[in-house]
Amino acid sequence: MRFDRRLLTHFEWLLPLLVIAVSGLGILCVYSASHTPDVVGLPTSAARQLTWFGAGVVVMLLMVSFDYRRLDRRAYLIYVAVVVLLIAVELIGEVGGGSRRWLRVGPVSIQPSEFAKFSMVIVLAHYFSRTAPARLGPREMVFPLVLTLVPAALILVQPDLGSAVLLIAVSMTMMILGGVRLRWLALLASPLVAAAPILWTHLKEYQQKRILMFLDPAQDPLGAGYHIIQSKIAVGSGQLWGKGFLKGTQNHLNFLPEQHTDFIFSVFSEEWGFVGAATLMGLYLSVLIRGMLIASRSRDRFGLMCALGVSATIFWQVAVNVGMTTGLLPVVGITLPFFSYGGSSMLCLLAGVGLVMSVSTRRFTF
Amino acid sequence: MPFSSRDIPNEFVTRIAVAGGVVLLVFACIFARLWFLQVAKGAEMRIVSEQNRIRLVRVPAARGVVYDRNGEILVDNRPSFDVVFVPEDAPDRRAVLRTLATQLAEPEQAVLERFKAPSKRPPYEGIVLRRDLDWQGVVALETHQLELPGVTLQVGPRRFYPFGSLAAHVLGYVGEASERDLAESTSALRPGDIVGKANLERAWDAQLRGVPGGQQVEVDALGRRVQVLHEEPDVPGNTLTLTLDRELQEVAENALGDRAGAVVAIDPRDGEILVLASKPAYDPNVFARGILHSEWRALTQDPLRPLNDRAVQGQYPPGSTFKVAVAAGILERNLVSGRGGVHCSGGVPFGNHYFRCWRRGGHGGVGIHEAIVQSCDVFFYQFGQRLGVDGIAEYARKFGLGLPTGVELENEKPGIIPDTEWKQRRFKQPWFAGETLSVAIGQGYVTVTPLQLAHMTATIANGGTRYRPHYVKRIEAPDGSLVREVAPEVLSEAGVAPETIAEVKSAMRDVVMAPNGTGKKARVPGIEVAGKTGTAQVVKLADSNRKTRASRDHAWFIAFAPVERPEIAMAVLVEHAGGGGGANAAPIAQQVLQYYFERQGRVPAAPDAVPSRRVTQEAHAVRSPAPDAL
Repeated sequence: MRFDRRLLTHFEWLLPLLVIAVSGLGILCVYSASHTPDVVGLPTSAARQLTWFGAGVVVMLLMVSFDYRRLDRRAYLIYVAVVVLLIAVELIGEVGGGSRRWLRVGPVSIQPSEFAKFSMVIVLAHYFSRTAPARLGPREMVFPLVLTLVPAALILVQPDLGSAVLLIAVSMTMMILGGVRLRWLALLASPLVAAAPILWTHLKEYQQKRILMFLDPAQDPLGAGYHIIQSKIAVGSGQLWGKGFLKGTQNHLNFLPEQHTDFIFSVFSEEWGFVGAATLMGLYLSVLIRGMLIASRSRDRFGLMCALGVSATIFWQVAVNVGMTTGLLPVVGITLPFFSYGGSSMLCLLAGVGLVMSVSTRRFTF
Repeated sequence: MPFSSRDIPNEFVTRIAVAGGVVLLVFACIFARLWFLQVAKGAEMRIVSEQNRIRLVRVPAARGVVYDRNGEILVDNRPSFDVVFVPEDAPDRRAVLRTLATQLAEPEQAVLERFKAPSKRPPYEGIVLRRDLDWQGVVALETHQLELPGVTLQVGPRRFYPFGSLAAHVLGYVGEASERDLAESTSALRPGDIVGKANLERAWDAQLRGVPGGQQVEVDALGRRVQVLHEEPDVPGNTLTLTLDRELQEVAENALGDRAGAVVAIDPRDGEILVLASKPAYDPNVFARGILHSEWRALTQDPLRPLNDRAVQGQYPPGSTFKVAVAAGILERNLVSGRGGVHCSGGVPFGNHYFRCWRRGGHGGVGIHEAIVQSCDVFFYQFGQRLGVDGIAEYARKFGLGLPTGVELENEKPGIIPDTEWKQRRFKQPWFAGETLSVAIGQGYVTVTPLQLAHMTATIANGGTRYRPHYVKRIEAPDGSLVREVAPEVLSEAGVAPETIAEVKSAMRDVVMAPNGTGKKARVPGIEVAGKTGTAQVVKLADSNRKTRASRDHAWFIAFAPVERPEIAMAVLVEHAGGGGGANAAPIAQQVLQYYFERQGRVPAAPDAVPSRRVTQEAHAVRSPAPDAL
């Protein structure tokens, strides 16, 4: 293959820089969250996060260097591979914190539900780049729906309510942006709403509690409600300038649950205050706007849908995670992209960014 | 023109623009929320966070109470004062720990070690530095409260075994969850939680443990409780009612006295275990208090191994008690016709060996009935050979020997019933015919557990049904509702003809009841008792100088009664008794049977009244909490 010089001149610089900035802050924050005064040196989780970030950047660059349209042709293959992984999790997965989410591959554990998000974006982009341009009817929705519900169901039984909800949200977003009319989507949602009571009974007790808690936090100040209250105190007590790096008392008194994953934003906001939190949000917003801009300028509909799908994934995760740590939304386990501790998530999100960069870099080539 | 070849309809651009609007709107909400929390209410939140002295305190659940079959409490809880230290509340931890050590009259080093022991624990969470403080200690700590910031006294339930070492090998003991317990547990177990460590406490831990409660407690700057803001009550564990008979257990243990051994009694009608005794035993209360290193060493290094449950883990040659199973095989295969038998002249030659009968002078002409009653070795040498080692193994297994019974206790040992295949597997050698002779009289490679022998006896007593031995009868929730009733479980039918069983039973009856029976000492006036004695050689006669304890024979006795409608079947083992089962083990069985029937008013009280009652009263006195506990 002849090397096209335009790949260099049109290289997408802004998006990776924004993402690297967010990830850098994230690693600092994982360090702080897992830091204990007695331990000297880098806490293992921060070191691991750094390693995963390095691996992720490599994957990102690989994604840029290769033509994203090749993914288009292999969309179903990727999809099937991920579904197989999800089934493997059910059969031979490792249990952690009461759910079966991880697969052990040599020295590392991977979380296939993270890969599912990535494959979902590709497979739906593939589908919607081939359907009639606009105003899709209910018939065109059946297939993408089945595509969504299979991995969503597999993730729900792990159980991982957060990831399942996220997967569905991203799919819905891609359907709407891909041309499905809102009224059909509403029609589609109605049986889901009707099924809600049945779904409710299938939720784990702690999940039910969390949702009830959100509706009335005073109900259980010891359990789930306690975490919302403590998280809000952590965020709020950061005030304008924050308490300073490693100085978050809420964090270090261990009032926060899962402080290096789901509640990392509280740790960050406590230490860096409104200025830090707003800067972080500004970075996320820039990533999203850049992603959508790349989508609108892309050459083909597959590239467009890919860029939108990745942006949607990031958007929903940021909105739900921050909403939950600041007490705007119920607590569901969703991590903050590029920020929360977790290798699979870091790897898949950076791969997604690489994909968007690939779309951007190739917008003038054909 | 770059846009010329684009296959993107314009309305996509519109949709993306709308999506961008939604994103901006959502982010505006987030910015507003952050502003509200961090700037508008920030100062307020800062104060809350600085005064954030709301603690989550786990309230340990009381473990379930355990009753014997008659409703007597075997395992209970009593309140204990635990010294809890919250490091986060102490400005100078070392100073506080030093003061504490002085007040507790303990070396400073010991206190420091306990403080450092648990690894990953948040600093606001309390560490138990001392369990079960006595009254003086409580007073000392209360009066020095001001010098001890971060130190609190918590009242927690403490496991209490009112009868001390009684049935210790069934009941087991509890202790703090180890790293392994924490890793293996599927439920929310936390460092410092109390879990079952052995036997019943361990096997039924999930039923007994309960769910800890929680308190949201506001504390002042020194970590002293100001108020309880919210409380979630703990759910106590379920109650277990055992099939064990406390009084009978005590009679058995007293009858064993200082000797090492085991007594197992089973109700042959359903497999309920009435007595499961192993001596020497230990006091599980020591573990509940937190066993000291020296105490643990003393227990593990004791040559009599008091931690070892001889009843289910001890594997011993069964000696002549094994002849009961062999006899059943001989009868089933019709190897003895009519009144046929052997002539015993005190031994038989086989190969280069001369296999002796226990009676030097010989038994003369012996049929199968007489062979069991007199325990004639020569008879079993001869017919055991005809039955063959595989035949012997087949019938031994029909009665459950050489197989774990499946009793709900960890580390139950299977024993060994050798056959040709076993020998090949174990030693890579063929079976030698001479070895069959030893096996036929329960020696050689044969080993069984006392529980298995009791199980075999129960199976014979009830006519051939193998009920799984079990010791838990009923599980009830704390509110009294029934969680589970343990139904008798049939493991298998022995598959032996009723005539065979009848013949064996009749011979076992004469072992005790006939004037010349070897088990006379098990007689209970007014009740027909059946039994079989056994003396198991530990070393070959020639090697034995009969001086050292370890070389002395084990004494066995198995029994059931009443012969017509058996209600109780048992096995007694006296380890290294140094004499025959008739002399050493049968009297123990006698005491248990005597008490069993006497209590039912079916036989008159023995002149030397069973010591049990007196001991019972003593035990009850111990049961009421000691004055320092409250």
